[in-house]
Amino acid sequence: MTSRFSGWSLLLGGLSGQRRWSEQWRAAEPKRGYDAIIVGGGGHGLGAAYYLAKEHGIRNVAVLEKGWIGGGNTGRNTTIIRSNYLFAESSALYDHAVKLWETLSQELNYNVMYSPRGVLMLAHNVHDEQVAKRHIHANYANGVDNEWLTPQQAKEFCPPLNISSELRYPVLGGALQRRGGTARHDAVAWGYARAASALGVDIIENCEVTGLRRDSNGEISGVETTRGAIESRRVGVSAAGHSSVVLQMAGVRLPLESFPLQALVSEPVKPIIPCVVMSNTIHAYVSQSDKGELVIGASTDAYTSYTQRGALHVNLHTLEAVCELFPAFRRLRMLRNWGGIVDVTPDRSPIIAKTPVPGLYVNCGWGTGGFKATPGAGHLLAWTLARDAPHALNSAFTIERFRDGTLIDEAAAAAVNH
Amino acid sequence: MLVIPCPYCGPRPELEFSYGGQAHVARPTAASNPSPADWNAFQYERANIKGLHAERWRHIHGCARFFNVIRDTTTDEIVRSYRSGEK
Amino acid sequence: MSGHYRTASGGIDLERSRPIRFEFDGQAYQGLQGDTLASALLANGVHLVGRSFKYHRPRGIMAAGPEDPNALVTVRRDAARSTPNLSAAQVELYEGLVAHSQNRWPSLRFDVGRINDLLSRFIPSGFYYKTFMWPRTAWHSLYEPRIRAAAGLGVAATEADPDVYAQRYGHCEVLIVGAGPAGLAAALTAARRGARVLLCDEQALPGGSLRADTGTRIDGKAATDWLRETMLELAQAQNVTVLTRTTAFGYLPHNMVCLSERLTDHLASPPASKPRERLWQVRARQVIFATGAIERPLVFPGNDRPGILLAGAARSFLNRFGVLPGRRVVILTAHDEAYRTALELQAAGAQIVALADLRARASGPLIDAARGAGLAIRRNTTAVGTRGNLRVCAVGLAAVDADGAAAGDTDWVSCDTLLMSGGYTPSVHLHSQGRGKLRWEETAQVFVPAEAGQSCRSVGACKGLTGAALAAVFNQAATAARDATTECGFEALPVTIAVSDDTSAGGGWLGTLPQAARPRGGKAFVDWQNDVTAADLGLAVREGFRSIEHIKRYTTTGMATDQGKTSNLNALAIAARQLGRTIPEVGLTTFRMPYLPVGFGGLAGYARGELFAPLRKTPMYGWAAARGAVFEPVSMWQRARYFPERGEDMHQAVARECQVVRRSCGIFDATTLGKIEVAGPDAIEFMNRMYVNNWNSLAVGRCRYGILLRDDGFVFDDGVVARTAEDRLHVTTTTGGAPRVLGLMEDYLQTEWPQLKVWLTSTTEQWAVIAVQGPRARDVLEPLVEQADLSAASLPHMAMTRALVCGVPAMIFRVSFTGELGYEINVPADYGAEVWRAVWESGQAHGMCAYGTESMHVLRAEKGYIIVGQDTDGTMTPDDAGVGWAVGKSKSEFVGMVSLRKRALQDPNRKQLVGLLTADPRHVLEEGSQIAATPGQRPPMQLVGHVTSSYYSSVLRRSIALAVVNGGRSRMGETLYVPTPAGESAVTVTQPVFYDSKGERLNG
Repeated sequence: MTSRFSGWSLLLGGLSGQRRWSEQWRAAEPKRGYDAIIVGGGGHGLGAAYYLAKEHGIRNVAVLEKGWIGGGNTGRNTTIIRSNYLFAESSALYDHAVKLWETLSQELNYNVMYSPRGVLMLAHNVHDEQVAKRHIHANYANGVDNEWLTPQQAKEFCPPLNISSELRYPVLGGALQRRGGTARHDAVAWGYARAASALGVDIIENCEVTGLRRDSNGEISGVETTRGAIESRRVGVSAAGHSSVVLQMAGVRLPLESFPLQALVSEPVKPIIPCVVMSNTIHAYVSQSDKGELVIGASTDAYTSYTQRGALHVNLHTLEAVCELFPAFRRLRMLRNWGGIVDVTPDRSPIIAKTPVPGLYVNCGWGTGGFKATPGAGHLLAWTLARDAPHALNSAFTIERFRDGTLIDEAAAAAVNH
Repeated sequence: MLVIPCPYCGPRPELEFSYGGQAHVARPTAASNPSPADWNAFQYERANIKGLHAERWRHIHGCARFFNVIRDTTTDEIVRSYRSGEK
Repeated sequence: MSGHYRTASGGIDLERSRPIRFEFDGQAYQGLQGDTLASALLANGVHLVGRSFKYHRPRGIMAAGPEDPNALVTVRRDAARSTPNLSAAQVELYEGLVAHSQNRWPSLRFDVGRINDLLSRFIPSGFYYKTFMWPRTAWHSLYEPRIRAAAGLGVAATEADPDVYAQRYGHCEVLIVGAGPAGLAAALTAARRGARVLLCDEQALPGGSLRADTGTRIDGKAATDWLRETMLELAQAQNVTVLTRTTAFGYLPHNMVCLSERLTDHLASPPASKPRERLWQVRARQVIFATGAIERPLVFPGNDRPGILLAGAARSFLNRFGVLPGRRVVILTAHDEAYRTALELQAAGAQIVALADLRARASGPLIDAARGAGLAIRRNTTAVGTRGNLRVCAVGLAAVDADGAAAGDTDWVSCDTLLMSGGYTPSVHLHSQGRGKLRWEETAQVFVPAEAGQSCRSVGACKGLTGAALAAVFNQAATAARDATTECGFEALPVTIAVSDDTSAGGGWLGTLPQAARPRGGKAFVDWQNDVTAADLGLAVREGFRSIEHIKRYTTTGMATDQGKTSNLNALAIAARQLGRTIPEVGLTTFRMPYLPVGFGGLAGYARGELFAPLRKTPMYGWAAARGAVFEPVSMWQRARYFPERGEDMHQAVARECQVVRRSCGIFDATTLGKIEVAGPDAIEFMNRMYVNNWNSLAVGRCRYGILLRDDGFVFDDGVVARTAEDRLHVTTTTGGAPRVLGLMEDYLQTEWPQLKVWLTSTTEQWAVIAVQGPRARDVLEPLVEQADLSAASLPHMAMTRALVCGVPAMIFRVSFTGELGYEINVPADYGAEVWRAVWESGQAHGMCAYGTESMHVLRAEKGYIIVGQDTDGTMTPDDAGVGWAVGKSKSEFVGMVSLRKRALQDPNRKQLVGLLTADPRHVLEEGSQIAATPGQRPPMQLVGHVTSSYYSSVLRRSIALAVVNGGRSRMGETLYVPTPAGESAVTVTQPVFYDSKGERLNG
């Protein structure tokens, strides 16, 4: 039985010499079969298992993780949360997640530290400004908060920002989503794991899926793993950069490519930047963790790779931009640099959908934006798997949209500089 | 930063090149009136191989030519490179 | 006097004749040239240097190198040049140095944050995941701000860093990391064989452990003499580069090693022009790691008080800096090396009040020597606690019983210093970063490098030869260097180095020290900086965290600025024991770049200010700047946006410019348009396959508006294309589009249609382009043009000709992006400014103005001409953009043709380009505004399109807008609505041409 976390429980824990805490999730051994299997123990997969158990009454569920839960992109991202996407489908999808973020700590009884400190996306030229304002208007019409700040307002919101007009790419203003912010990435995985485990979900680590089994009708009948075969008529794949590797086990080819995406942190310093600042034009993405580290995201490498490394020059490029926007940061130091493998679709929008194989579902293609969607993606994958039909919110995010030409092209819509 | 062996110029740092995606993806001609599935396979479906990957690079700041590279996507080691049209 | 704890002699890093004044926390001290801040503080008897991250416990100097987790300081030159979180042992002393302690308030000695230590039982690892959840919004509004304020270590500078930073690439056959004995032996070997050698070391002075070596003789000389002569030989070798103060921090694919060289932080007055740091990206054929080993602390209650140091650190401070860490010293060790420290400290005048060894059995020459020097050795002895507030004053020692627990009475030994040694952890960081494998060495209880992931070798202590005889280290390093250079094609030439008075040492301890069944001695720290205790690791395991990565993340062990250099192996051992598994089963966390923190400044390098990104200027830039033009960045170009006169704002200037163009004429710099020459016998066929248009019918001397799609069927670029000769086309692109258009063309030409005989050349920078637009354009140009007839009959709209303009060979295109009679004069770029001036002069008689991009936008919008990237966005077909007429009928191939057949791309309800007119002619819609078909909606609204371009037209005396609207072309005359936070306005859908809809003015 999972005990409830609270200030009171900490008090009792302290008085008992920390003896009363029990394991946050059970270390489960794989059973012969399950009503549903989720492949991938990241935040999305664990979330899907939680919502299957919580909202769809499907509790005989296994989450199969080839390493340790939350060890993939869940634990490797820069924890930015926002929903100010352009298209109605996208902003509805991401805002669904933001609404879940707002109550997630209470929902899971686990402090995921959702911090709506504001995400400020900078504009550096007239084209950026046009694109930002188009987003702001679209978000307004779709009921998603996003507002334009003048350079002076941006400086007031984010005091260390350099708004000198002498900059090579001066700050002409920015789009601010106040509900945007950050959360504690590990806590999301652990919180979902703990809550799902309490509802009966088996979380099985060090269990790599090596094959997908199909019956004579071609329907999914189970998975093969490094810990033996496991039966299930419903399998949801939520394996981020490895999704296409897993789906190919069932002969499903996806419009996905996996790229290294790097991030880095500085050493911890006292609070110096109060919000999240993003610049797509010069590739700077920075915020400060509660521990005090600057958390900086870089661009993806140019080439596909599964190495979880990447080239130094990609990081250098980002640090150039960060130091240009925040010239006082030059004396800070990079403490740790790492890479994740992000799966990117041609239109930079995700896929949460049924596959051509009955019983096989997929949640992938989140590219560089998966963390912010964690609760929403889990929730919608669970819905789609439980009902064998998509929720209205993910009905457009199909595999077939590429063939049919009904892309949700956030990247192209941001367009290129003319 | 990778060292990429341009088959025309020799080994050069990655900064001189641009990546061109998976190699040997055949483009159906418009005249062949490809099926939506075939066109989709050309346009969007990628092997995304975890292992030896045949890919295109262009020596954009050198000879400007496209060529092919076999690279192990699990280590980033380059096995070999060869000219377009060769195997 | 440079401190009461300075010895009378010794200290090979010092220049005793050069005293240095410095300040720590406002107190003045004196040190010596050669000191680090750590050694100088210790010489002055200062041990309390910092406060820990979470519990704010008083902390002192623990190590003599950058691995020290405790003694972090801020070094401040001025408000902009203040650097937090520097290890005091890495800070070289200079005259006037000012340093501050961190993470304390109001003072280092009295820190209110210490209350966390008293409350620590209620805030164990991960406590923040379990609370602060009520009420819901309180996390962000109440708890988080307080936690943020309490967290962090030093205070970052808030002013722009004025220092400069450098970067360079390096190339060598053999890169050797670490100039200790192993690295020097490797360097000598490789260098004598002629290979290009790069040797780097993180310390100011090379030598590594040799600098603290007082006994060994090498090639018949004292170790320090051998070191000096070796460095001389290397310095004189043409093929060797030695970099000190240089940390190798990353080992990247394809044998690239990244170095950070610190150039000025040790100088009292750095020259302003001298870079503070230099980033080296070194591509090495072979790499040799001689990175040494890091001494492990011991995990026992109260092991973190100031005055508790690593034994090897004390030896470094003594022999390198002539500093005694204290006078009454307790040594607690599980490794023979600490005996050396004991002997040398005793010889230097310290009293060794106790020498305790955790091991039941320890023997060897060092132990014998200690006994011979009269030191009483307490075997089988553990520490169960310490006393002292701001400095250790006593250590509780106890015997270890047969069950491995502390037993019997605790002997409280008073002291002013406790030295500890748990043995040495090989520094395998770089080897591992390069995907090298590790092997668990059961006897030594350490991980050592196994198979390399790249062309590298590890030698010396980092290969596991910790405490080994020097001869073995030299031999291993020389062999590795010989193999490495042989692989680079150099001949073998053996190097042998003779060593005498050489002793090896062994031992080690992992995990918690033996304690009583119910230990009462307080916190036993594993990760000092992050305040992670052995109990925290136990808690994490109890809470079900089984992966070492989870344990690390839950407890934050190994995540501090030292990245676990002193703590990771102890943490792993404790976790493994809790989990009931072996250490190799549990395994280490991944080693990541950088080995030590590396400054952002050095990583960003030269890229700042105008060097941040290239800035492209046209030949007419200077003229425009002199006229007071306001510029805007468009891709990499600076373009004149408008030319204000007499205090005009942009709107006034644009209103005037547009009216002048329509009434008389204007001159416009169109140089930035991309230009590609497509030449060869198959040029027309190539263009047929690339662009949507049919090019067969384009006669020489004629121009056509071309559209390029990608294979997804969406507009990628557009521009006027002229056939300048039978086999030659002059293709123009959008300003930012030229590189990607050329890239796309090359892609198809080289890989899809290599049989076509076509050559593509970027000519963007070859031509300066002067557009003259307006009814008087011909009058302005005619006096300047020779060898061409500008009349409408011989040079009609969309024709081109070669001519001399001001005597300069030119191409004249009769094209218009304004809807007026217009010409674009292309002259070789070098003549651009001169011809521009001549045209300008000629235009003055006709009232010509110069206009910028903003007026260009308004003028083209009045005519409904699209701008790719503004009116299209990568999701629009030619038909959507209202230019479907350009698509050649009966073509068999063009890029994007197949995709255009998709049903979704032929949907009549797709967004289509239309014009919009507001009910209020003064109301200018905001670009990007959304459009609804039904008024008065609340979010989420049903939307039908958005505004792409919107301006006030001074010519039409009203606002105009272009928009894309679902099924827009069938909505002509309909009223639609533009909802904004400021209110909703009604608009009428019109054709997207607001001015001269018949296009008569073009043909003037």
